[in-house]
Amino acid sequence: MGRMRLMGRMGIPTVDWQLKTRKRLPSIRAFYTTNPQRTMIKLTHVPGLFTLGLLALGLAACNKEGGTSDADTIKVGEFASLTGGSASFGQSSHKGTALAIEEINAAGGVLGKKIKLITEDDQSTAGQPATIARKLISQDHIVALLGEVASSKSLEAAPICQQNKVPMISPASTNPKVTEVGDYISRVCFIDPFQGTVMAKFALSRGWKKVAVLTDVKQDYAMGLAEYFKKHFKENGGEIVKEQNYSTGDKDFTPQLTSIQGSSPDAIFIPGYYAEVSLIARQAKKLGINVPLLGGDGWVGDSLIKVAGNALDGSFLSCHFSAEDQDEVVQGFVKKFKDKYKEIPDDMAALGYDSAMILAEAIKTAGTTDGDKLKDAIAATKDHKGITGVITLDANRNATKPAVILGIVDQKFKFIEKVAP
Amino acid sequence: MSTDFIGFLQQIINGLAQGSIYALIALGYTMVFGVLRFINFAHGDVYMLGAFGGFYMAPRILKLFGDKPGFICMTLVLLSTMVLCAVIGIVIEWLCYRPLRDRPKLTVLITAIGVSLFLENGGQYVFGARPQFFPTIINDPNLVLPKWLGSLSTLHIAASTVLIFGVTLFLLIALTIIVRYTKMGMAMRALSFNPVAAQLMGININVIIAFTFGLGSALAGAAGILTSIPQPSIDPLMGVNAGLKAFVAAVLGGIGNLPGAALGGVLIGLTEVMVVGYVNPTYRDPIVFGVLILVLLVKPTGLLGASEREKV
Repeated sequence: MGRMRLMGRMGIPTVDWQLKTRKRLPSIRAFYTTNPQRTMIKLTHVPGLFTLGLLALGLAACNKEGGTSDADTIKVGEFASLTGGSASFGQSSHKGTALAIEEINAAGGVLGKKIKLITEDDQSTAGQPATIARKLISQDHIVALLGEVASSKSLEAAPICQQNKVPMISPASTNPKVTEVGDYISRVCFIDPFQGTVMAKFALSRGWKKVAVLTDVKQDYAMGLAEYFKKHFKENGGEIVKEQNYSTGDKDFTPQLTSIQGSSPDAIFIPGYYAEVSLIARQAKKLGINVPLLGGDGWVGDSLIKVAGNALDGSFLSCHFSAEDQDEVVQGFVKKFKDKYKEIPDDMAALGYDSAMILAEAIKTAGTTDGDKLKDAIAATKDHKGITGVITLDANRNATKPAVILGIVDQKFKFIEKVAP
Repeated sequence: MSTDFIGFLQQIINGLAQGSIYALIALGYTMVFGVLRFINFAHGDVYMLGAFGGFYMAPRILKLFGDKPGFICMTLVLLSTMVLCAVIGIVIEWLCYRPLRDRPKLTVLITAIGVSLFLENGGQYVFGARPQFFPTIINDPNLVLPKWLGSLSTLHIAASTVLIFGVTLFLLIALTIIVRYTKMGMAMRALSFNPVAAQLMGININVIIAFTFGLGSALAGAAGILTSIPQPSIDPLMGVNAGLKAFVAAVLGGIGNLPGAALGGVLIGLTEVMVVGYVNPTYRDPIVFGVLILVLLVKPTGLLGASEREKV
C-alpha cells in the first residue's frame, strides 16, 4: 500500500471512501481492490443508443435543409452576447439588427435579393467570438459580419475578418483599437477618446474638481474610457484623487469603495458594465458614499436599476441615444421597436439597427457583395441619417456624431443634454 | 482618531463581512471532507442552486407576508432553501457518487468536477446566464452606532454582516454538537475513522453518507441565501469563484476541521480586503491562491488541523 500512503501525503484522499455497499459486504477484500471490472455496455442500452443515432441523423438532415437557398439570399453574419454576463447588450443589439433586416427585406431587399441574418451567441465568453467568426466565414460564407457590443469581443473577431477580407461593422464597440485592426473593420458608434472626454467635460462643468476612478481591468472598453477621461480631466484643471480597479464578475467592492471614500472625491467615474456597476452603486450607498457616480454606455442594461434600486439616483452617464429624444427619426424607430418587441429600445438596439442599415446601404452603393468593394462602400458612408444621429465615417472608419448625457432620477433615465463632437 | 485609522477599521469590517460568507460555504466543504475524505467540488454549485431556489421561492413566501420583507420571512426562505438543497445534495450523492464508491478515489474526484460543470452549464440553460435580481427578503439597514463612540460611530456596519456572522457562528456550534454529541455524529466519526469496521458494527453507511451530504448541501444553500441579501445579483456561475475561495479557506483552516473552516474563511476575507485596499486589486486572487500553496508547503494539515496517521 505504499502508493496509497504517497497519495495521502499529496493531499489526495485515500482508501476510506472505497466502500462496498452493504449487500456486497461478504467480500471485504474488494475494499482494497482499486479497479473492479464491469461490463461496459449492457444489452438493455441498445434501444437507447439506436434512438440517439436516429436523433443524430435527424439533426444532420436539418442542418442540410438550412443551406439550400444560397442563390437568392445574401448572408450576413451577426455575433452577440445573447446569454452570459453582458446578455442585455447582445439581446438589445440583436433585436435592433433583426428589426432593420426585416424592414430591408420588406422593402424588397438589396440587389434584388433578401438578406439572411445568421446570428450566433458568444455567451459573453472570451474565446467564443473568434470561434464563431471562423465558423460564420468558412462554413456559412457570410458577406459581412455585424457585432459585437463589447470591445474585447470585437477585438477577437476583427483580425479574423480582416484576414479573410470580410467587412465587419461593430454597432457599439467604442475602444479605438477595434478599427485599428485593419481597413475591413468599421463601426457606427463614437469612440472612447470622445466618450471619455465628454464625461470629463461634464464633470468639470458641474464643478467637480476631485474625481476618483474605479475601472474594470478586464475590459478594454473600461480601460480605454478611464484613460481618456483621466487625460482630459487632468489637462483641464481636475484632479484624480484615487484610482482603484476591479474585475468583471466580482461581487464585493467594499474594499475599493472604502479606499476611495478616504480620498473624499466630488464624484466617482466608473467606466464598467451594468452587472458590476449596479452592485458597486448599492455598496457605495451602504458605505455612506453620496457623491454622484459617472459612467459610460456600458451602464445601459436591464438589471442596472433593478439591482441598484435608488442607489444610482443622482448619477450620470454618457451614451448614444435616448428614447426621450423628440427627433422624429428617433420617435419613428421607438414606435416600430415597441410594436415588435413591446419594450422601449435602448442604445444598443438603436446602434444594432444603424449598423444593419449602413451595411445594407453600402451593399446597394457597391452593387456587389465582393468584400473588397463592400468595405470601400462602408468606409465612404457619409451623412447617413441614423437613429443615433447623422453618421459619417472618418478616415479611421469611426463614426463622428453627438453623444447624449443621461441622468438617473427616481430610478429612471432622464435626458440631460446632447454633446456635439 | 485619524480618518486613515477609521478607514482601516472599515476595511476590517468589510473583510469580516466577506469572510463570514466564505466561512459559511467552507463549513459544508470541510464537513463532507471530514466524514468522507472526499472533496465535493460541486459544493459551490449547490450554493448557486440555493440562491436560485431562494430566487424562485422568495416571491411566493413574500406574498404570505403581504410583500413585507422581514426576519420571519427570511427565516422561512432560508429553511425551505436548506431543505431543498439537502435533497439536491442527497440526490447528487445517490446518482453520481454512490455508484462509484468502490472505484479509485480519482474517479470520484473527477466525477465531482463533472457534476460541478454540469450544474454550472445546466444552470445557464435553465435559469438563463444573465445576472438576476434577488428579491429583498429582509431589509438591510446599516446599524446605528451610539454617539459616545465618537468618530467610531461613522463606521458602516450592515445588518446583513451581523446576520451572516451570527448564522455562521450558530451553524458552527450546531454542527459541532451534531458531530460530537449525537448518535448520528458518532456514526459519522466512526465512518470517517474506519468505514469497514463501522459497517461491521451495524452502522448503515448509506444513510450516514446521505445524511452528511444533505447536511453539507443545506449549509451551502444557507450560504447562497445569506450572500444574496447584501449582494442581490445572482447568476449560474456565482458558485465557481466563491466555491474555490471557500475551498482555500477550508484547506487553510485544516480541512475536516469545523472551527478551522470558519477561521480560514474569515482570514481569506481579511486577506482579500487588505490586498485590495492597500496593495492592488489585481493581486487579490494570486495572493489568495498563493496562501493556499504556502499553507500546503509549510503546514499541510492547515492551521487547526491535526495530522492523522494513515493506517495501512
